[in-house]
Amino acid sequence: MLTDLYVFGDSAVHRARPVVKIAGLVVLCTSVFVFEGWPSVLVGGALVAAGFALAGLRLRHAVASIRPAFWILAAIFAVQLVLTDLLFAGFVVGRFAVMILGAALVTLTTKTSEFVDGIHAALKHAPGWVPKEQIALAISLCLRFIPLVRTMLVEVRQAQQARGLDRNVLALLVPLVVRTLKTADEVSQALYARSFD
Amino acid sequence: METRDVVFIALFAAIIAALGVFPPVTVPVIAVPITAQSLGIMLAGGILGAMRGGLSVVLLLVLVALGLPLLAGGRGGFGVFLGPTGGYIVGWVVGAVVIGYLTERFWTRLNFILAFAFCVVGGILLMYGLGVPWSAYVAEVTLATALGGSLAFVPGDLIKCLIAAAAIVIVKKSYPIITPRSR
Repeated sequence: MLTDLYVFGDSAVHRARPVVKIAGLVVLCTSVFVFEGWPSVLVGGALVAAGFALAGLRLRHAVASIRPAFWILAAIFAVQLVLTDLLFAGFVVGRFAVMILGAALVTLTTKTSEFVDGIHAALKHAPGWVPKEQIALAISLCLRFIPLVRTMLVEVRQAQQARGLDRNVLALLVPLVVRTLKTADEVSQALYARSFD
Repeated sequence: METRDVVFIALFAAIIAALGVFPPVTVPVIAVPITAQSLGIMLAGGILGAMRGGLSVVLLLVLVALGLPLLAGGRGGFGVFLGPTGGYIVGWVVGAVVIGYLTERFWTRLNFILAFAFCVVGGILLMYGLGVPWSAYVAEVTLATALGGSLAFVPGDLIKCLIAAAAIVIVKKSYPIITPRSR
């Protein structure tokens, strides 16, 4: 199953249009770099926290979005602490936290389908040289085939396990790639047969 | 670009995404986890070529930005581009394109040594060339400090280059996709 990171809700943040949220995120991230210093990080942090509260997100959502970056941030904090002082180290790491949480707020309150719809809507107004149908086809094919390729990976791994080769990365990778390429050829033949282009 | 190329782009992006669920292999001595995902980037260039390989990485990154947790460890959303390692992720596109270009250029006499050299150029030199200055800038440290922090990952990346080069050469023999680029 392919699930997105969306957290169900019906707040003003959830209902806002994706493009508005992304524009807000761009403004937030640019301003914490342009106005360097604690005030901008604190204002940004307060805004993001307000957004989290408004969207009805819990603390655990914030923790879950920071966690993948935790060790890198800890290392940066330690290096800055040695090179400069506590205040500056806190500022650098705090700025990361504000940006990552701001991005998480957008991701957690927007369904992937809403983004995809947004892209399709934007493509309608795109100039003629943009290959609209092909972009739409690539996105939908990829979304459809990610679960399939994952299943293939599991099958190949089980097959190689039976041969005692499951620790051999090459013995997993090559059959997976060749099988996917064959599938791709079959899919494109099916598309030709149905006169897609 | 033909429909067949679009299908290759889409399915290779799906491969790179699937490699994100591959359990990371930890090298015993240096204890740095190796995720299979950057392997997928090298394969995208070396198997599909510059144009299709680069576009499949772009497609994957678009889906990641749309909030799908497709990067290793279930990471996704806009945050990954804004974090300290965002430069490496942007470097993936450049890496795949360069590996693809070099592979196309030397396709007729491609062997393991050449493929390995291309993976090192695109997958290590270029990737670090973008990732290190990026993290130095956003983390407000000097280039030397950022480089020092990244060096721990070089042995793992070299192993990935070896695996990717072997896979590129085998797939070239068994299911070639690239047509050689004339000079």
